[in-house]
Amino acid sequence: MKKLCLILLVVTAALGCNKMQDDWLDKKPTDVLLNDQVWSDPKLVFSVLADLYDRIPDYQQLEQFANFADFDEAFASSYGDYHRHQNQTYDYTSGNYWDYGYIRDINLFIQKCRLADKLDSTDRNRFLAEAQFLRANVYFELVKRMGGVPLILDTMHYNYSGDPTYLQHPRNKESEIYDFVISELDSTLNFLPKDAGTKSRATWGAALAMKSRAALYAGSIARYGATTPTVSLPGDVVGIPAGKAESYYRIALDAAQELINSHIYSLYLKNPDDLQKNFSQLFTDKSGNPEVIFAKDYLIRSRTTQFTVQNQPHSITEEGSWSGFLNPSLNLAQSFEKLDNTFAPFAVKDPATGDDIPYDDPQDIFSGRDARLGGTVILPGTQFRDQNLDIWAGYVLANGSIVTGSTFGQKKDLPGKPNVQVVGFDGPIDQLEHGTQTGFYIRKFLDPSTGAGQIGTGSEVWWVRYRYGEVLLNAAEAAFELGQKDQAAVYMNQVRARAGLNVPLKAADITFDRVVHERKVELAFEGHELYDMKRWRLAHKVWNGASSDLTTLPGKADAPSTRIFGLWPYKIYDPGHPDNGKWVFKKVMPSAVTNAHRFRLGNYYSRIPDDVMGNNPKLIQNPNQ
Amino acid sequence: MRKKSGYITGLCFLLLIGACKKDNYDPPGSKFTGALVYKGDSVRVSYGDVTFQLWQSGWGKLTPINVNVAQDGSFSALLFDGDYKLIIPQGQGPFLQELNPDTHSDTIPVHLSGNQRMDIEVLPYYMIRDPSFTAAGSKVTAVFKIEKTVTDNRAKDVEYAELYVSKTQFVDTRTSIATARVGGGDIADMDHVSLNVDVPARTPAQSYVFARVGLKIAGVEDMIFTPVTRISLE
Repeated sequence: MKKLCLILLVVTAALGCNKMQDDWLDKKPTDVLLNDQVWSDPKLVFSVLADLYDRIPDYQQLEQFANFADFDEAFASSYGDYHRHQNQTYDYTSGNYWDYGYIRDINLFIQKCRLADKLDSTDRNRFLAEAQFLRANVYFELVKRMGGVPLILDTMHYNYSGDPTYLQHPRNKESEIYDFVISELDSTLNFLPKDAGTKSRATWGAALAMKSRAALYAGSIARYGATTPTVSLPGDVVGIPAGKAESYYRIALDAAQELINSHIYSLYLKNPDDLQKNFSQLFTDKSGNPEVIFAKDYLIRSRTTQFTVQNQPHSITEEGSWSGFLNPSLNLAQSFEKLDNTFAPFAVKDPATGDDIPYDDPQDIFSGRDARLGGTVILPGTQFRDQNLDIWAGYVLANGSIVTGSTFGQKKDLPGKPNVQVVGFDGPIDQLEHGTQTGFYIRKFLDPSTGAGQIGTGSEVWWVRYRYGEVLLNAAEAAFELGQKDQAAVYMNQVRARAGLNVPLKAADITFDRVVHERKVELAFEGHELYDMKRWRLAHKVWNGASSDLTTLPGKADAPSTRIFGLWPYKIYDPGHPDNGKWVFKKVMPSAVTNAHRFRLGNYYSRIPDDVMGNNPKLIQNPNQ
Repeated sequence: MRKKSGYITGLCFLLLIGACKKDNYDPPGSKFTGALVYKGDSVRVSYGDVTFQLWQSGWGKLTPINVNVAQDGSFSALLFDGDYKLIIPQGQGPFLQELNPDTHSDTIPVHLSGNQRMDIEVLPYYMIRDPSFTAAGSKVTAVFKIEKTVTDNRAKDVEYAELYVSKTQFVDTRTSIATARVGGGDIADMDHVSLNVDVPARTPAQSYVFARVGLKIAGVEDMIFTPVTRISLE
């Protein structure tokens, strides 16, 4: 021991005597990349940017699909999610967003990118434009949830003086945030690629599509905000003066027209013979898709979603009991209009006699409707993944009584016919999770490829954030609001023709209700519903808290739709009767729906969290809470 | 070794004893109760919809204590003794607030030591007076007067009056099983308004219901109500 110590001492002394190189202790870290390393290599810069893309906030999305059941588009068939249909009110904090850490990281990126002289100038300009696109996007996401927010465009640093007041900024006007989003997107247009093949990075088209949507939101808040005068704060921190509506609608129309007239995008129409299939393929076909403008992309063996795993029909699930989470509502399904451009609930009962109408085929009740119905919703009697589905709720006997089961495909005795299957392997069965409880499954974004329904594989179907169809509807709405109804009809008819609605609407047919309805059916399950209902100030009318019945006027914009309804198909069992084996339908309300949705005026702008308010006394809370 | 574990046990024991003194204190014990009133009459609202805030400074970050107002206009909160500032946020309730004479603002100072009852005087746009409910068969009828209490330039119109019938004591649009409405423009005589509605069958069977009338004021979210009345039906 003593000897070892001595040796060590001598060696240390010997080393100490030697004059070492000056940078002996100046090591390059092996676990982090330094600024000048990152900012000299475009691939590393891109990886920083990829993180910023990944942090784009979405409220409803393929990875947060349960939120689709928060309103009236779908029922959540899962014990743990019934609460979505049982709450009496939406919390004031629900849907709030306050992520200035993300904004700071974007600002930091922009600041460093401007100084990165080792990068090629084309690369640098594109990176900068992409970061600005992301910054416009995050402020747009903020303003539509929270109203006017502090507009922070540089990275703030604390000077450790003990006094943080110089870091506290008041909220900007709501219109100032929208103006910033629009001008920021304008400044990126020259530097983003004009390339319809790029979908998951910012492009010229994505910037214009976002600009038209943002300006449209601002315009409608200015116009329809007048109907809810109490949803405002002093200094226009929340609320936009009505006089600004015209100019915002003009910007929205111009931006949409610039994109439309460039002809680099078009409506997806690879399958003109089967428009239902065509509409569902629009979301799942990732090769040369001419319609998708900007998407969050996924890749097998890298990053996938469980959307298909959890939402595939129960009878053909690839993953045990995982299936059938989202069940589109009858409220949504009956909104798809008939091919003669009229609205009607599904013909369940004969209005003259009050009897159930028998149908030869379960699909017959849905025939003669907008092709988007079958493209968005899996209907009884149809297929998924080329396999027939088994959606039926039971037998109706001659005396009107019903024989049904409580497990998928259960067998029971029928009069004179023992041990037969009395309910479909896909449901609907009330209060049984993972199968449909409304009679419908979701088709939009559901991946038909083999293996997509397995937990370990998942689906690589992308989440479409912006697409050409929406841009056409933006143009139609802006044109309508500017009084150019003939223009509005031209744009809206393109979207409708792709859905098989071949009788064009005339200028006189375009009304506010039409505009609202067209977005509802075209953009269902794409994350638009909440923000559309908010900007039109319709949310508190449609989700008014009253336990009202399903509306019989599906084309009326402000018809209440507070509870989810379903439509269950039954087979007639009455041997000897001509209707034996035919189908009848019953309108039902899943018994897990116990309360009506109530959207209060204080929900129009989500509550700023109390800790944020406590940190910054210059902030004022959103109104009516 | 044994000696060591003895020391550790002793130390732990000391720490436990010490900790008791350090961070154990009595729970809040002072009850702050009261009601929203207009000249002595309770201002009745819908449950869970009207709140006010209590602020107490001097404890680091400021976050409000939210106090809910019940259906009959009453409230109660269990608090620590001290000085609070009571604020009814903008847009809460079917009423206006008079400026507080002490603070010359909407802030009401509350000094709490021991249980305390304090009514908050507010100025509702309307009051519903003399409601009476009668039942005949399955029909419930309500007769009431509407008194306009704000008549200056802050006055607002009646949007509608509604009669709600509910199976439980919580009665408003959320729980109503039968609702009758009269629009503000259709009310001919404010001193005699009548509403009636047929009550559907209740499952499970229930021989009584609860009813009350609510008044919606144009441009104001929260409604003002009559007391909840229990009605027997045959």
